[in-house]
Amino acid sequence: MLLLLLIILPFFGAMAAACMPAHARNREAWFAAAIALMGLVITLSQYEVISEGTVLRYELAWLASFDLNLVFRMDGLAWLFTVLIQGICLLVVLYARYYMSPKDPVPRFFAFLLAFMGAMQGVVLSGNLIQLVMFWELTSLTSFLLIGYWHHRPDARRGARMAFTVTAIGGLCLLAGVLLLGHIAGSYDLDKVLVAGDIIRAHPWYLPTLVLIALGALTKSAQFPFHFWLPHAMAAPTPVSAYLHSATMVKAGIFLLMRLWPVLAGTPEWTWIIGTAGVCTMLIGAFLAIFQHDLKGLLAYSTISHLGLITCLLGIGTPLAMVAAIFHTLNHATFKASLFMAVGIIDHETGTRDMRTLSGLRRVLPYTATLAVVASAAMAGVPLLNGFLSKEMFFAEALLVGSASNWWMSAAAVLMGIFGVAYSLRFIQVFFGLLQSGDNPTPHEPPRWMRFPVELLVLCCLIVGILPELSIGVMLDAAAQSVLGEALPEYSLAIWHGVNLPLIMSMLAFVGGVLFYLWLKLRCNLQQRDKVPLLHHLNGKEAYETTMLLLAAGAARLERLFGTRRLQPQLLLIVLCGLAACVPLWWLLPQVSTSLSLSNISWPFAMLWLVGSACAITAAWQAKFHRLAALILVGGTGIITSLTFMWLSAPDLALTQLMVETVTAILLLLGLRWLPARISADKLNLVASNTDKLRRVRDLIIAIGAGAILALVSYIILIQPDNQTISLFFLEKSLPEGGGSNVVNVLLVDFRNLDTLGEITVLSIVALTVYALLRRFRPAVESMKMPPQQRNPIDPAVNQLPGEQATTGYLQVPAVYLRLLLPIISVVAVYFFMRGHNLPGGGFIAGLVFSVGLIIQYMLAGTAWVEARLKMQPHRWISFGLALAAVTGMGAWAFGYPFLTTHTAHITLPFFGELHLPSAFLFDLGVFAVVVGTTMLILIALAHQAVRSHRIPGQSNEYRAQQETR
Amino acid sequence: MELILALAIGVLFSSGIWLILRPRSFQVITGFMLLSYAVNLFIFITGKIHINKAPLTLDGVPVDPTRYADPLPQGLVLTAIVIGFATTALYLVVLLGSRGLTGTDHVDGKERDHDE
Repeated sequence: MLLLLLIILPFFGAMAAACMPAHARNREAWFAAAIALMGLVITLSQYEVISEGTVLRYELAWLASFDLNLVFRMDGLAWLFTVLIQGICLLVVLYARYYMSPKDPVPRFFAFLLAFMGAMQGVVLSGNLIQLVMFWELTSLTSFLLIGYWHHRPDARRGARMAFTVTAIGGLCLLAGVLLLGHIAGSYDLDKVLVAGDIIRAHPWYLPTLVLIALGALTKSAQFPFHFWLPHAMAAPTPVSAYLHSATMVKAGIFLLMRLWPVLAGTPEWTWIIGTAGVCTMLIGAFLAIFQHDLKGLLAYSTISHLGLITCLLGIGTPLAMVAAIFHTLNHATFKASLFMAVGIIDHETGTRDMRTLSGLRRVLPYTATLAVVASAAMAGVPLLNGFLSKEMFFAEALLVGSASNWWMSAAAVLMGIFGVAYSLRFIQVFFGLLQSGDNPTPHEPPRWMRFPVELLVLCCLIVGILPELSIGVMLDAAAQSVLGEALPEYSLAIWHGVNLPLIMSMLAFVGGVLFYLWLKLRCNLQQRDKVPLLHHLNGKEAYETTMLLLAAGAARLERLFGTRRLQPQLLLIVLCGLAACVPLWWLLPQVSTSLSLSNISWPFAMLWLVGSACAITAAWQAKFHRLAALILVGGTGIITSLTFMWLSAPDLALTQLMVETVTAILLLLGLRWLPARISADKLNLVASNTDKLRRVRDLIIAIGAGAILALVSYIILIQPDNQTISLFFLEKSLPEGGGSNVVNVLLVDFRNLDTLGEITVLSIVALTVYALLRRFRPAVESMKMPPQQRNPIDPAVNQLPGEQATTGYLQVPAVYLRLLLPIISVVAVYFFMRGHNLPGGGFIAGLVFSVGLIIQYMLAGTAWVEARLKMQPHRWISFGLALAAVTGMGAWAFGYPFLTTHTAHITLPFFGELHLPSAFLFDLGVFAVVVGTTMLILIALAHQAVRSHRIPGQSNEYRAQQETR
Repeated sequence: MELILALAIGVLFSSGIWLILRPRSFQVITGFMLLSYAVNLFIFITGKIHINKAPLTLDGVPVDPTRYADPLPQGLVLTAIVIGFATTALYLVVLLGSRGLTGTDHVDGKERDHDE
């Protein structure tokens, strides 16, 4: 439970921080610090448990059958990383309080920072591989937001984009790798994967898995050749750099390699891939770091180099190397965070980070200078500081890899040491010599509390460096134990091991580094040199930009070649793909030919469909020039379809189809008015070109082919022997458990009522969309004027409004009939609705029937007349219906049942007798209301367009008055 | 019976496909309506042909499945019909809007140089 809290706290904090006012810098910072502190206290309180080697575990079942559960686990390694993440976060928040300018939007900063912390903790605490990847991608996303925090600066945007592209691509590789890993291990649960190491290493897919996971880890940890994103990410505010590039983001890759070390390490492939990447990175990073002019750039490359060192240790793969790797991860986090913060102070006070314009800062920033010098001594590996110890262990391991004949590893290690000393000297050189302080002539020490985090971290460096066993021994043991299991090697964290080879290597690196630095400074004009010697061609950034450009250009070319914005080719492609999918049916053809017989043809049915087919074909033929005719013909096909449903024992469908047919026909009739007049080509003496003819022939062939194939598929389905389906369940349970004998209706409002709830929601959305679209509707100019039928001067009706025609004009007689029809239709609707549970009917049908009744009134007397007398307010019908259906569903909760469970009650009323009243009845009432509301909203919205366009000079006053009252 | 129904579905589908490949928006909307009849019937017949066997279990248990039509495809088609109405309405409004905005009823919003 505590573990869940550890994850939720930062995300909750992020949300709360985002809502705080922009100028509340102090409150924001205190709040964020409190969140980080709470997490830290929770984590530290588990110290006892973890140091005994217990693994805490919290599991929340989600998709247990797919082995996908929310699992958090905390062992020694995860604990150590959690402390690191939260501890440094706390210090960074404190530091950022003073660093960030009051003009910066601080809520955003702290919100992102806390979200990032949460994501990072998710990575280290995940007990499920997929979940780990999710949090991993979340760290990519939040770090993107943090790096791009100053989004008005192009370099920040570019840096953020580059970091995101590289790490997110790595994350996708990782996802693929993790899927493979889980597949091999048979589970995504980390505990189960970790014990399956032997199976995984022996599996034929081991290499692809390893490569994919390594890609994920190496991109995240900025290993060669993916290191180029890290220096560009320095465009972030310094607290972000201090956090991301010391303790968290880049350490995620290291953490992953450590986490999966028990299952992936120990093979030559592992050593080659991870070890080589590590060695290359640490040498290239260290070398490039010497030649930077930007203080942060120097630290960025030194970070790359140290990460390379850790990766290299992991690549070596011995248990002792693992201990050294964990140890160095901690040490690097402490000294690098403090160095970044020191750089931030320098930047803050002098306004520049360019080493060419800075020197002698010792005189104005004495405390900061002392702290930074100690921290960079730790970075260089000076004795009595923590960096020395882990570097010593690294040298020992490097010696172990090489023997007398194979000394390259030791040489690389010493070389890296030399470079490390050189860039550390380069770094501290800003504090010595003559005072030169960039843009600001009088820099001064920062506020007390801005320096505090640096002091604390440097103190840690010293304590760990002098008393390693006392300060860090137990934690390191617990962390290493959780990775290595029983194979924890004997090691000693003492400062003095006597004069041995590693010590000599250290001395060599130290002396060599000083000499190398002096040589560079005196001979190679290090201070002003623009180009990095030897390696300046090695430009990952350019390769990245080129790849991006090529990708964009390629995508554009592909789009030009294959894309189209025209509808017809797209539809054609879809139809052709559908046809291609039917190729396997070829093998079923013999079966068709044997069963083909004309014996059981019902001739009336055949006649019915002769009419239906004729309607369809004629409609297809006439839809271009005779829209009204085509509409009537399509309606005819709809009626035939409805009759077919009736014939084939589907009374509910027949009723629904009939009603929908009616409503659709009215709908299209309302729309026809706005379409342009179309005069047939014959009358215009136009001759279709050959390409047009060809296209028509092609479409005809495709259409006939598609129809033939669907007919074939239908026939094949129809002649298949009956087999058991789930329908029997519905037939059997409908009456006893659903309480209704109309199985189709019970299916809709009881068995599958969640689907129906979804459907009526879709209906409501469509209705509102139609309404919204029509509010902005502007008819074409030539459709604006009165249609010729309404302009005919001979007809006296043209001078009357529809309402006048119905009350006093020549439609008076039908008006009386049809007005009487409304109550009758209403009764029919109620009848269909009430009996729906047991006999054909129900909410859908009743709703449509009732809508038709209303529409008839509109058709007869016109919109204005009806709306002056009847307030429909379809929006309310829709919201009432949806609410009723949902509340009925929720009612089940009150009785302790899942959402949408139904119940049937029988109530005896006087006079009516027993009333069958299932809760599905209320649900169906909701469906009814939504159907009425939807239909009316759509049709009324469309009908109003006609009213709107008639609003031209010369209208009668009564009409306008009605318009205004509406 | 099977043959007639299969052929009917084929004819409706053919007409629909022909229409949705046409350039005028009204042709396309009628095409979609014909297609929806064809597809609804197609879903419907996956429950096979039953005559005089409406799925109304009025006389209670025990239920003999051979006496009733398959209710499941019917339930599916019922919702399909209603949703079909909603999409037709939506398409009609888009059609009208496009016509009002572009001044043409071509599906792409502009006439091609050589068109039918």
